[in-house]
Amino acid sequence: MMLAASASTGWFLENAFLIPLIPAIGFAIIIGFGRRLPKGGSEVGIASMALSLAIAIGATVQWIQRVGSVDEGSGEHALGGVFGFARSVFPTATEGGHGGEAYVEPVIRSWTWWQSGGLEFGLGQHIDGLAVMLLLLVAFISLLVQIFSTEYVAGDRRYTHFFAALTLFSAGMLVMVLAENMIQLILGWEIMGLCSFMLIGHWWEEEANSRAALKAFFTVRVGDMGLLVGTAVIFFGANQWAVENGSNGFSIQAISGWAMSGEASTSVLFWGAVALFIACIGKSGQFPLHTWLPDAMAGPTPVSSLLHSSTMVVAGVFLVARLYPVFYTGFDIGGTNVNLIAVIGAITIVIAAALAFVQNDIKKVLAYSTVSQLGYMMLGLGVGAWLPAVFHIFTHAFFKCCLFLAAGSISHSGSHHSFDMKKDMGGLWRKMPITAGSWMISTAALCGVPFFSGFFSKDEIIDNAHNNGYTFFYYVGLVGAAMTAAYMTRATYLTFFGTARGAAAGEHHDEHEAHDTAAHHDDHDADHGAHGADHHDDHHGAHAGPHESPWRITAPLVILAALAIGSGYLNAPAVGTHYFTDWVEPRGAAVELDGYASDEGHSEALGLAALPRAEEGYSEGCGYTDPSPGTVCYAPKLNHAEFSWGKAAPSIILVAFGIGISAWLSLGVFGGRRNPFVGLTRRFAPARWIHTLLVRKYFLDDLYERVIVRSVAHPISKAAYWVNQNILDGVVNGVGKSGRSAGDWVYRNVDQRVVDGAVKASGVVASESGHALQPIQSGRVNQYGALLFGAATVGAILLILLNI
Amino acid sequence: MSALLASEVNVAQNVGFYIIAALMVYGALRVVSTRNVVHAALWLVVVLGGVAAQYILAAAEFVAVSQVMVYIGAVMVLFLFGIMLTRATIGAESDLNNRGWGIGIPVAALLLAVMVWAIIDEFGSSIIEEPAQPMPTTALSDVFLREGLVPFLALSFVLLAAAIGAIVLARKD
Amino acid sequence: MYAANFLLLGAVLFSIGVFGVIARRNAVMVLMSIELILNAVNINLIAFALMNDSAEGHVFALYVIAVAAAEVGVGLAMVLMIYRNRRSIALDELSEMRG
Repeated sequence: MMLAASASTGWFLENAFLIPLIPAIGFAIIIGFGRRLPKGGSEVGIASMALSLAIAIGATVQWIQRVGSVDEGSGEHALGGVFGFARSVFPTATEGGHGGEAYVEPVIRSWTWWQSGGLEFGLGQHIDGLAVMLLLLVAFISLLVQIFSTEYVAGDRRYTHFFAALTLFSAGMLVMVLAENMIQLILGWEIMGLCSFMLIGHWWEEEANSRAALKAFFTVRVGDMGLLVGTAVIFFGANQWAVENGSNGFSIQAISGWAMSGEASTSVLFWGAVALFIACIGKSGQFPLHTWLPDAMAGPTPVSSLLHSSTMVVAGVFLVARLYPVFYTGFDIGGTNVNLIAVIGAITIVIAAALAFVQNDIKKVLAYSTVSQLGYMMLGLGVGAWLPAVFHIFTHAFFKCCLFLAAGSISHSGSHHSFDMKKDMGGLWRKMPITAGSWMISTAALCGVPFFSGFFSKDEIIDNAHNNGYTFFYYVGLVGAAMTAAYMTRATYLTFFGTARGAAAGEHHDEHEAHDTAAHHDDHDADHGAHGADHHDDHHGAHAGPHESPWRITAPLVILAALAIGSGYLNAPAVGTHYFTDWVEPRGAAVELDGYASDEGHSEALGLAALPRAEEGYSEGCGYTDPSPGTVCYAPKLNHAEFSWGKAAPSIILVAFGIGISAWLSLGVFGGRRNPFVGLTRRFAPARWIHTLLVRKYFLDDLYERVIVRSVAHPISKAAYWVNQNILDGVVNGVGKSGRSAGDWVYRNVDQRVVDGAVKASGVVASESGHALQPIQSGRVNQYGALLFGAATVGAILLILLNI
Repeated sequence: MSALLASEVNVAQNVGFYIIAALMVYGALRVVSTRNVVHAALWLVVVLGGVAAQYILAAAEFVAVSQVMVYIGAVMVLFLFGIMLTRATIGAESDLNNRGWGIGIPVAALLLAVMVWAIIDEFGSSIIEEPAQPMPTTALSDVFLREGLVPFLALSFVLLAAAIGAIVLARKD
Repeated sequence: MYAANFLLLGAVLFSIGVFGVIARRNAVMVLMSIELILNAVNINLIAFALMNDSAEGHVFALYVIAVAAAEVGVGLAMVLMIYRNRRSIALDELSEMRG
């Protein structure tokens, strides 16, 4: 076994910081000169994203080489063996010992931009498998979305600003993904928050849109407080340990090492993790704060697509994955079978999936499905299935982006800017075969149909929940899978099958509902030359019914649909691939401290050589026992459930069941066949109640707006009014009444004789003293000055006298 | 006491101090008593220059340079502008003082008496050691950029706000 | 050097400044008197810094200089505005605040 496996590096890995820098510069160029460029700045945005993507691809390739060089260096495998053996299937000493388990040192570079009181604030990069994966993902999806947007928002009055915000948004996400320290992470996080506000409110002339933008911004800000508090808590907890090891308490690597070191205070870790998780709840639309996400559909469809697939909402999941040691030890994920992350994730899965059943707006169905899938990711992280959760980010990004773009394509070319499935869609698959095909593929992936990508990620989360002892959450995951399949089947049926309705049948309505007014501004006018959005009505006559979208829309769809199938095979245990596991998962191996904060350091695994893999999990190693002195862990050792078709069967059956039931119901309810469920909500009260509950989104919005927001203003004003009416008036009236009777008596006896004289006398005194003091209130500055200094003198004398 | 005087009091420095101090006090009195606004401003320059000289005697060279640059360079120019723009007569004016200016004398005298008493009482016999060298500017920057960083930034905002406020106030619109 | 020297000089300048603030009628003159007061304070700060051999007094003096600069800027702008509105900067004519 070779010592000191030196990890290979390369230009792209060393200069990965360029990936966010290029779009940031692109943003500046678009803002500065975009309007004067021939294509309004979109070419700069696309070019910068393409360049970022190129560097991200280079970094990915070099990262894979780096992983290979480390594994090779640790002597367990010949070249290529890493890729060829199934580690989780054969946990024997020969193959499964710790080959491929050596810690791969991330490429960390940091530049200090601020130094104060011995504390350094750096800006840099922390490139490991997770970062590389997300960099690639974000750059890729952003590029596709920008290409899509050139057609979708063509002719928009704020075309240039749209691309500027889109580019900055991607830059923010990229900054956050390769953040080397918490400060940089917060920077990227907040850039995204700001840009999401600008993009959701892109068509701010509609009040609903600006309200949605504000709601998104404020709701996420509620969570952001958690990020600040959590960062501070973690900083004060970790700083001492980090400084002793040559870093500081903001460094993500130092925080990870500290959390795994066993020296960290449990309560600091717990509360830090809780605070950070609140931030994730806000950003990733988890249960109590998920309400902003569906409203964010008010933005242009490309924005929804970008927001929901690879950026923004993934940020929360990414934060948990990035600081996983903090959450792992803070919530004791390895040792319990219930914790905050899993609970929130499970609640989110079920309630969001239930909400998706009652939506008529196709984008809202997708929005709730995103919330639900984010719940899966959180659940995965909560049950210790780090890799499946991160893999689900990866696969979900492709198929969800594809679904949103397909919805955009439908509204652009099929349903005349409407997103209402019941009114304006149906039977579209003949008219829009490419859109329909990519939608079906992505739906299958989302539902977890075997051999599509979602199956390999989602099923792994569910399987690992069971494997790690989180039995209850295993069942929740299964139920969620069935619900996902059911609501997506409903949406698919309504959109592409059955009879064509409304705009899909070629009708035009003149009055538009509030939700599709947003689409007024998507300019279809590109087909007719670029008019302003205000001339929307011009092309009513020219609109020739549903038709397939132009290539700039379908090309991203096809690419994404292909990836919705293909991306799953990076880590498909069913066919024996696990590249993703090898490349992305941080290995839970102890590292010698000498190598700290240096990519050239030793990455030798210590003390783990001959640990047999116990059936129920590890008993030693990172995350189970504290690292021995002189070594440090940067990631917990995690179990991987072994895949077998037998264990996958329940979820496959449930998905098939969900699709079948839903298809049957859809045919019955929407297709007009005779069916006992038709009109169920009208005939059966509990069903109606549930329907109302779902339509009103569990009354959560009402809770927030009517109860929580108003509980501040309303009860206070009400209480004040009550006090005013009852107590003060009562007192005044009572005093008035008793006062009058007493007054009569007093008047006759006391007033006329005794008081009158005194009052007159006091009046005279007051008047006279007022007159005497009046000259002081002269309005003259100098006199005031004299009084001020005179009084100061007197005060000084008093102080001196008292001191002596 | 006399021994102390002989050994530790630098006579030349004291003489310099007294000369400058006398000039400053005279200048200050002229500032508040002259009948010509422009003369008052010029006497103020004398006082401020004297303050800068005293800073050098007190080993505060950086502050002295700042005093010259900020006060004599900038503030005095502002004052002269103010005087010109408000069209003060260049010659003597008869009514520069208030009608009730006399009340200033007892207030100022009382204040002076209290302060002198307190100072003599507390510091009457103490002698400042000669500093080996002027206060190094690095020491100042250390304070400014470490403990004094937040007030320093706050001060930047004050100056910015003052600049904007002055523009808004003085603009003709 | 006697410690009292600087402090006494500061006290004298301060009192003269106070007299100026009280006695002067012209707004610009009042501002000048305020400058005297601020400089008196600064001399004290520097003297205390010298006694204690610390840099903090110097830093405070610099703060005071900066604040004084801001004060003069705003003060003169106000004087200009008053002059523009009333054609006079005599303070005793500004008595809208009379009680």
